[in-house]
Amino acid sequence: MPSDTDFLLAIEDLTVSFDGFKAVDALTLYIDAGELRVIIGPNGAGKTTVLDLVSGKTKSTSGSIRYNNVEMTGLREHEIVRAGIGRKFQTPSIYEKLTVFENLEISYPWGRTVFGSLGFKRSPKVVERIFEVAEEIFLADMLDESAELLSHGQKQWLEIGMLLVQDPELVMLDEPVAGMTAKERDATAVLLRKIAKERSIIIIEHDMDFVEKIADRVTVLHLGKIIKEGTMEEVQNDPHVKEVYLGH
Amino acid sequence: MKDIAKYSESSFSKLLYDRFFKNKEGVIAFAILAVILLIVLPMGLSTFRLNMTGKYLCYAFVALGLVMCWGHAGILSLGQGMFFGAGGYCMAMFLKLEASDPESTAIQSTPGIPDFMDWNQVTELPWFWYPFKSLPLTVALILLLPAVLAFFMSIFYFKGRVTGVVFAILTQSMVACMWYFIVGNQGYFGGINGITDLKTILGWDIRDESALRTLYFVCVFLLLGCILLSRYVLSTRLGRVLVAQRDKETRVRFSGYNITSFKVFIFCLAAVISSIGGAMFSLQVGFMSPNLVGIQPSIDMVIFTAVGGRESLLGAVYGALLVNTAKTAFSEAYPTLWMFLYGATFIAIVLFLPKGLAGLYHDHVKVWFNKIRSKPKSSAAESEPDSVPTIVELDKEVPDAK
Repeated sequence: MPSDTDFLLAIEDLTVSFDGFKAVDALTLYIDAGELRVIIGPNGAGKTTVLDLVSGKTKSTSGSIRYNNVEMTGLREHEIVRAGIGRKFQTPSIYEKLTVFENLEISYPWGRTVFGSLGFKRSPKVVERIFEVAEEIFLADMLDESAELLSHGQKQWLEIGMLLVQDPELVMLDEPVAGMTAKERDATAVLLRKIAKERSIIIIEHDMDFVEKIADRVTVLHLGKIIKEGTMEEVQNDPHVKEVYLGH
Repeated sequence: MKDIAKYSESSFSKLLYDRFFKNKEGVIAFAILAVILLIVLPMGLSTFRLNMTGKYLCYAFVALGLVMCWGHAGILSLGQGMFFGAGGYCMAMFLKLEASDPESTAIQSTPGIPDFMDWNQVTELPWFWYPFKSLPLTVALILLLPAVLAFFMSIFYFKGRVTGVVFAILTQSMVACMWYFIVGNQGYFGGINGITDLKTILGWDIRDESALRTLYFVCVFLLLGCILLSRYVLSTRLGRVLVAQRDKETRVRFSGYNITSFKVFIFCLAAVISSIGGAMFSLQVGFMSPNLVGIQPSIDMVIFTAVGGRESLLGAVYGALLVNTAKTAFSEAYPTLWMFLYGATFIAIVLFLPKGLAGLYHDHVKVWFNKIRSKPKSSAAESEPDSVPTIVELDKEVPDAK
């Protein structure tokens, strides 16, 4: 039984094997409250699998994931979300047939049961919160637009916005700037730094320039194991990391 | 800051208006349907034809349910006949008991039980027939039984994340089970012949002309009520969650929703509405049999919905009316050829109207209508939608987009 810690998220000895292949192998990782952690690593290192495990999409084979000292393994996705962990997918995952406003509204953390949602009323408070978030994600003028008409970068922002409305304590982002223009990337970096003031963030990213701009600490994953953890500078100067990842 | 009032839902009456009709167009469309059903058809049709229309409208209840669970929530059920049957049989059992009073069944070896029981050597009324001695209990069962059935049928599948075609086939097999169950238990449910010879409800003869007309109006009012109820449900946040999970199921889970309960809810609601239709069917047609609720009728019900447009509640009503009318017209005019004509109609609809009648209206009639209306105005109004594609152009700047 793992003991209580001061960490927001404590992953200990986490292993998942798919038909004998260990995608994540005895991984131990701690995230502090208020930390912005970036996970990097070559393809197939198990980065996305870690997020899948934490968010309940994939069931772990062994090990524990404790969030605020509460065990998360075995909970279902929506229960994990309600505990305070939000997640953004690699490809923008939004509701194309709904408007930007409705996309954000669905994420509002109230009335998420059947009867709660039947009685859900758009109060001025809800609308205000949605305006606030729309402003932050640069989509304030597009609230009535159908989400399928947004550009790729705007869809990424919208999904980040949906997370913000949800107001999780821990935000996990899977390649949030993939497919963005340089300008959009910079705007996103600013946005993420701003978000990080109030919550903890885990980001998976390939773009090293972007990582340099935002990361507090960087974790390098290779074949399901952590090979290095530290500041960006430490990681970049590590010979092993250079060999498996950065050297290419 | 933007106009908060535009988005928030404020006063109760305005909220109800928004929920039921959304806008002026919704009011007009609803009013047109109400006028057709309540005034035009009763004035234009003979009692015989009106009664047939009433029968078709019973299927419209099922189509409404399918619009909600198939069109909006993406749950295709090929077993709605089961719920239609649940309501139909409940009502038929009540009427049958009333028709089987000891005086009129005096020649039976056991007077006072339904005739088919007597023919099958059943000598005592089975326990599950007792609730049907009372009308309030029957009505309660018409509403409760399908909900309970739908709940237990669906909760395990939805929990196990069975979706799409697999779920459709499972519902199909369940309706087949029900068919065999009824046919196999001839002494309890009348078998393949069904429950026939229904005469009165609380002493009121349901077979004479004025009764048929009255029942038609009851049916229409119930249908309009169900349309409003469905509109209400679909316009709440629940309706949006259903559409969202239809398109991106995992995303909704990660917004903190337990999808299972949403799916079960809408499936149960669709079942209850179908059941009301079934009960009205028994009342208007005067009998109920397994062949009216088996596999083929269940598929027909999906066809009505598809013809009407599976996302449109009003479309469902027109679809049920039109397909059934066509079926009757073809079979009366060309008794040997009608099946081919019927089939050809479906092929034409799938080919040319994939979104059904509602699609015809939204993509063609409405566009044409708007064009005519905006002609007197300057052309500036028409160029307005052009501002949208510029957003899409941003996509081209990101070649590495996935």
